[in-house]
Amino acid sequence: MSSPKLDWQQEQHQENAFIPLNLEGVSVNYATRRGLVQAVRNVDLQLHAGQSLALIGESGSGKTTLALAIVRLLPETATVGGKIQYRRNGTEIEVLDLSNKEMRAFRWRDCAMVFQAALNAFNPVLKVWDQAWDTAKAHGWHDKTAVRAKLNDTLRFVQLDPERVIDAYPHELSGGMRQRVLLALSLLLDPQILILDEPTTALDILTQRTIITLLRQLKEEQNFTMIFISHDLAIAAELADRIGTMYAGRLVEMGSSDDIFYRPRHPYTLGLIRAVPTVTGGFEELESIPGSPPDLVDLPSGCKFHQRCAFVSDKCRTEEPELDLVGPEHFAACWNWRDVEQQLVANPLHRGVQPTMMAPRQVDRQPSEEQDA
Amino acid sequence: MTPIIEMRNLTKTFGKGSEIVTAVDAVSLAINPGETVCLVGESGCGKSTTGRMVAGLLEPTGGQILFNGQDITKLGRDQYRQYRQAVQIIHQDPYASLNPTQTIRSILTAPLLRHKKVRNRAEAEQRAIELLEVVDLTPALDVIDKFPHQLSGGQRQRVSVARALTMDPKFIVADEAVSMVDVSIRVSLLSMLARLKEEFDVTFLFITHDLALAKYFAWQGRITVMYLGRIIEDGPTPRVITDPRHPYTQALLSAVPEADPELAHRKRQIELRSAEIPSLLNLPPGCTFHPRCPYFVPGECDTQRPSLETLAEGGRVACPVRKEVHLELLA
Repeated sequence: MSSPKLDWQQEQHQENAFIPLNLEGVSVNYATRRGLVQAVRNVDLQLHAGQSLALIGESGSGKTTLALAIVRLLPETATVGGKIQYRRNGTEIEVLDLSNKEMRAFRWRDCAMVFQAALNAFNPVLKVWDQAWDTAKAHGWHDKTAVRAKLNDTLRFVQLDPERVIDAYPHELSGGMRQRVLLALSLLLDPQILILDEPTTALDILTQRTIITLLRQLKEEQNFTMIFISHDLAIAAELADRIGTMYAGRLVEMGSSDDIFYRPRHPYTLGLIRAVPTVTGGFEELESIPGSPPDLVDLPSGCKFHQRCAFVSDKCRTEEPELDLVGPEHFAACWNWRDVEQQLVANPLHRGVQPTMMAPRQVDRQPSEEQDA
Repeated sequence: MTPIIEMRNLTKTFGKGSEIVTAVDAVSLAINPGETVCLVGESGCGKSTTGRMVAGLLEPTGGQILFNGQDITKLGRDQYRQYRQAVQIIHQDPYASLNPTQTIRSILTAPLLRHKKVRNRAEAEQRAIELLEVVDLTPALDVIDKFPHQLSGGQRQRVSVARALTMDPKFIVADEAVSMVDVSIRVSLLSMLARLKEEFDVTFLFITHDLALAKYFAWQGRITVMYLGRIIEDGPTPRVITDPRHPYTQALLSAVPEADPELAHRKRQIELRSAEIPSLLNLPPGCTFHPRCPYFVPGECDTQRPSLETLAEGGRVACPVRKEVHLELLA
């Protein structure tokens, strides 16, 4: 899009924050019997220090694969292309060039990952302390008392009583406690970046809230750099500074949390937001996105979303759009993002703006969806 | 109006000896024909056990279930069969609830033939195709010869719904029916279920842990909140959502993450006295929420089990201490 440069577009270049993680053209392919699965395609991403970034998208959109590519934990059938540059204390590392030994040191010390199913992430026959000591030893610590003191600190930070937890086996802890222990362990080596894969999925609402509050503290008080992966938009709204939408292996939109929730420019992001109800935000009409995500072995031509898109034009069927600047620090990969903008003017995403009770609005729906839900 | 389903002091215990768990504790709830009731609560609150008892899959330990005013334990053989056919359940996991070795055709025609809903195989297949169209699995002929593993999660869940519809049910228990389906497809499944409500005159008991979904699906109906086996609050959905009275309902609503940054940051957070859920094996005396409740009154809350009292604003609440107090959830 060759529109004249606006003020905010110039400002953009002046900002020169530290970028600990920079992805350039990252692609991940899996070799399968059916053919090449293009799980992640050509993703550029810059993670700013102190920022929390959420990657949202449905199952199969490539968000977990992308995160696993950063810490190189993908299965052997996967090939990773592109550049993953990591910076700390003035040195720059190309993660994909690290040897296995260097990689083992990089994980956890520089970039720690908190996995989704907290029970599976533990070794079931080791006590919490032994898991921590193993990790510390592997990263060159020899002083048991120092490790113990550090673990006590991180456990207290996640509001757990170290006495109670440190000699417990994973099965002796409740789901919420396990998730918190995992978080404490991930902080053990003072990593610069924390990657959290579905950190609150499968937890009860009140437990979920404890974890969210903790993560917010980590973000606001400790200024931690974090990447969240979630299919749950609410987690992104609660925790993210910036949000990236992924669809069929590509980053299709990237912007501040407010941009994504109130001014989305990609039809898929808009579709996701219109499909999710809020609890205290009044009654919203919801819409679902027709169709289902494409087969990653046999991707459609042009924009991968065009078969499900309400804004589709001829160009979308043949040419795949790249991320384009659509606002300050806001990018979307859509030929027709201006139409999305127009539609939002006519039918804004009110939600948080109108907290008072609203009667269900009568809107035109497809004949098959006539009834009020 | 006679309620289509009425639970009276419905109770279910599991285990024996000293290891007894009361999963559902004296639940009373009447559901009128055409009404939509959402049963919400966290895992272990007894909502699924309640749903399974209503659908006849579990036998209650105590209390009664009335179907169209008649106690189901007193029904004759034919009447009991009618009840079992009229009350159907849709399970949460569409990967586990469909037989992987059967085609969609046989999943749908077997019950039709077994219960003589049709006269012959040709009619059964005709009916199966109609039902696939009802649940928006079109073109039905593309789907009917497939096996469950060839369908997506959303499509499988639609097959589960079609299978429930083979019995011309009047009452459907939907147990977390959309929880395992991707966000973008959830709404179309919900609107399909909502359409059944009108077209087939089906009454729904919608079980979910997701308050936002409950609000959306049962906006014109009721929400019933369970905690540790008991109903602690119920009422018309708009009232429960905007003016919750039980401290537990308030805590839940304030804790739910919101898919909207502004709402997420304006939500008032309620501090509970304890984050731990009591063990069902060793329930606290009195109100079971008292060890966590921020409004705990010693001597009152920990001695007497509060009964559900009717509210002027609609519904019932089991909290004598806070039942008149309105709490603004947004700051």
